[in-house]
Amino acid sequence: MRKSTMPPSIGFLERAALRHPMRAHILALLALILIAAIVAIAFAALIFVRPSSAAEPNKPAIAKQAQNPAAASAERGKKLFTSDGCYECHGRAAQGGVGPRLGPDPLPLSFIEKYVRHPSGQMPPYTAKTVSDQNLADIYAFLKSLPESPKSKDIPLLNQ
Amino acid sequence: MGRKKISVDRRSFLKNATVGAAALVASPVAAAEAVANPQPIPAPRNAAAPLPPLPRRGEAQLATAPATADPNANIITVDHPGSDFMVDAFKAVGFEYLCSNPGNSFRSLHESFINYGGNKNPEFITCCHEESAVGMAHGYFKIEGKPLMVCVHGTVGVQHASMAIYDAFCDRVPIVVVLGNFGDAQTRASFVNWTHSAQDPAELIRDFVKWDDQPVTLQGFAESVMRAYKTAMTPPYMPVALVCDTDLQEFPIPNDPTLRVPPVTVDKPPQGDSGSVQQAAQWLVAAENPVIVADRAARTPGGLALMIELAETLQAAVVDRNGRMNFPTRHPLNQTERGGAAVGNADLILGLELTDFYGIVNAYYGDIYPRTRSLTKPGVKLISINSNDLYLKSNYQDFQRYQAVDLAMAADAEATLPSLIEAVKKLITADRKRMYQDRGAKLAAAHQRILAENRDLAANGWDASPISTARLSAELWNQIRNEDWSLVSNCQFVNRWPLRLWDFNKYYHYIGGEGGYGVGYGAPASVGAALANRKYGRLTVSIQNDGDLMFAPGVLWTAAHSKIPLLIVMHNNRAYHQEVMEVQRMADVHERGITRAWIGTTLIGPSIDYGKLAQSMGMHGSAPISDPKDLAPALREAIAVVKSGAPALVNVLTQPR
Repeated sequence: MRKSTMPPSIGFLERAALRHPMRAHILALLALILIAAIVAIAFAALIFVRPSSAAEPNKPAIAKQAQNPAAASAERGKKLFTSDGCYECHGRAAQGGVGPRLGPDPLPLSFIEKYVRHPSGQMPPYTAKTVSDQNLADIYAFLKSLPESPKSKDIPLLNQ
Repeated sequence: MGRKKISVDRRSFLKNATVGAAALVASPVAAAEAVANPQPIPAPRNAAAPLPPLPRRGEAQLATAPATADPNANIITVDHPGSDFMVDAFKAVGFEYLCSNPGNSFRSLHESFINYGGNKNPEFITCCHEESAVGMAHGYFKIEGKPLMVCVHGTVGVQHASMAIYDAFCDRVPIVVVLGNFGDAQTRASFVNWTHSAQDPAELIRDFVKWDDQPVTLQGFAESVMRAYKTAMTPPYMPVALVCDTDLQEFPIPNDPTLRVPPVTVDKPPQGDSGSVQQAAQWLVAAENPVIVADRAARTPGGLALMIELAETLQAAVVDRNGRMNFPTRHPLNQTERGGAAVGNADLILGLELTDFYGIVNAYYGDIYPRTRSLTKPGVKLISINSNDLYLKSNYQDFQRYQAVDLAMAADAEATLPSLIEAVKKLITADRKRMYQDRGAKLAAAHQRILAENRDLAANGWDASPISTARLSAELWNQIRNEDWSLVSNCQFVNRWPLRLWDFNKYYHYIGGEGGYGVGYGAPASVGAALANRKYGRLTVSIQNDGDLMFAPGVLWTAAHSKIPLLIVMHNNRAYHQEVMEVQRMADVHERGITRAWIGTTLIGPSIDYGKLAQSMGMHGSAPISDPKDLAPALREAIAVVKSGAPALVNVLTQPR
């Protein structure tokens, strides 16, 4: 008929970024380094060293909300993950799909916030106008709440 | 011999015919008996035998009929219609099946196929939509390597068929499409025939068929059948169209002793010239990190073997774009799943029958103002062997962005590979061979690393409900891996999981995708591929997108009616999910209404019960399955049905991708 379902044109580099989301993150960081070396170093620390809350001293309320169960709701975040369309690319269990896996054990909130506001790859931008800091914190709480997946070596169907 | 002449005028004939038809409708018992006790099929005419002398329409004088103004008024039977001769021509080419939805613009040809032709070679496959008929021929070819013919009704039938023809065109698949048409205004018997007539019926599809013709004599028709087949089957393969005039079909075969069906000849595929092949071989042998990128390189099982031979001779990386089954997925030199790294590290890229060379060496990015960036190292050499360069159409832009290369051969890749391999072997020294062994070992290690990584990724969401596409693929692989299987659906929409996890190593293990990304290809193409696989006893499997099936689900009936064994595993994500993401993207970019992308893009409320849909068509259909633990038993049950010779559908509620 008249429709096309051409997937978004995903080049090899983009596919590599999806497979290894850290690569896309590194590209984003390089741009920041050119703008402000001090800020870049801080971000690099956030990315390459999975931080504790103390490693994110400069993050605004959003980070604090995510670390604070009373302020960030995983239950609400689960609903937002669907209603705001995150599931479309990342899967309903955040397991990955067209986009990379997001959870469990997500990347630091500070990085996720930076990336969704100013994505560098195929991901569309989610500005503060459409996803508030509070909503993002809730989504992050949902990602943190996800149970661990089984290991592939323990799944016979993935070893044949 | 010749036409029988009785003294009834046309009005009386039509009146009698109406009474006869009414009597048949009023007598279901008689109709049932007719089905149960069909009349014997008339013996086919020996095509080599001389034709009986037959008067042309208008020449005969009626011996017993009263004189009328119209000398044809009392002619009500024809012994040897032109369509019998057309069948001779089509049989001389050799088509195993004819896929069609019936239409009166080719009623005489239809009748000639089933009676004069004995409904064999070709056998009529009843389709519920012209798009299904063409889609079946599309899938059939990619397994069998031979085209089918498709008959479509004039005007409205070809309009229905057009998207599927475009998909076949983009996918470089030959199909012989026959369009009925009431060419002569004087012999159009009703207002409907006028409505379904055209001056130039093939104009609608001319932009995406390789050649079309509208013959006006039977001799011309026979020769055009041969030319159509030869043209379609010369790389680059494409559909062709023949307009089949109703008068030419229905009027008697003329008394012409010179009338004959010529034999068909098919061109040898064009090879790259010897100088260019030698140059390519020198560059390949000298390269430190050559990468072979293939899209529709392997046209046949022999092409797959040649691809393996070239890659192993050079110990070169292979990236498969999966337009066809070009390279085994578990081969250590297969670097498809790290294609970006391989291309980025290459000092030479050999592109074989690529749809989009530009997209191989560049990445697109950006939503509103898309831009591209190069993926390759400076100085990389690019070689192209592509039969698409031999034939280009203007209107539809499937030819993709222009890419300059260092050496371009407008030639068929598979036909060129033997001479290229031979030239490469002659140039390889012992030193180069040692270096190749080291290179091959590194590529093998990278291949294993990526396979392990994919398995880890597949474990994410393993127990999720709805079922992850990775889990679905792994469960299905577990059920079929010890069978002689054939996956005949595009893996793109399940995140390529089968290609990432399964061991594809035979040509019929995979057939690529739509070509033109037109929705509605998947279901009929898988049924057509299963039809081709049937005589080989293969277990044919498709992972069927829900939105695709809903375009023309009647093809399920065709599968059941024609007893085509096919396991259909629904990827029921309840959406046109690509479009969900596209609309979501726009809402995000426009910074508004990001919760509303489901409107107009999803198939929810009510949910479609595909198991019951299949059952209504006479097939096995499972209940909806959302718990991954229920998947294996449902697959086992369905496979048992398929092994008995029938299609079966398993309705799996899945994650989006």
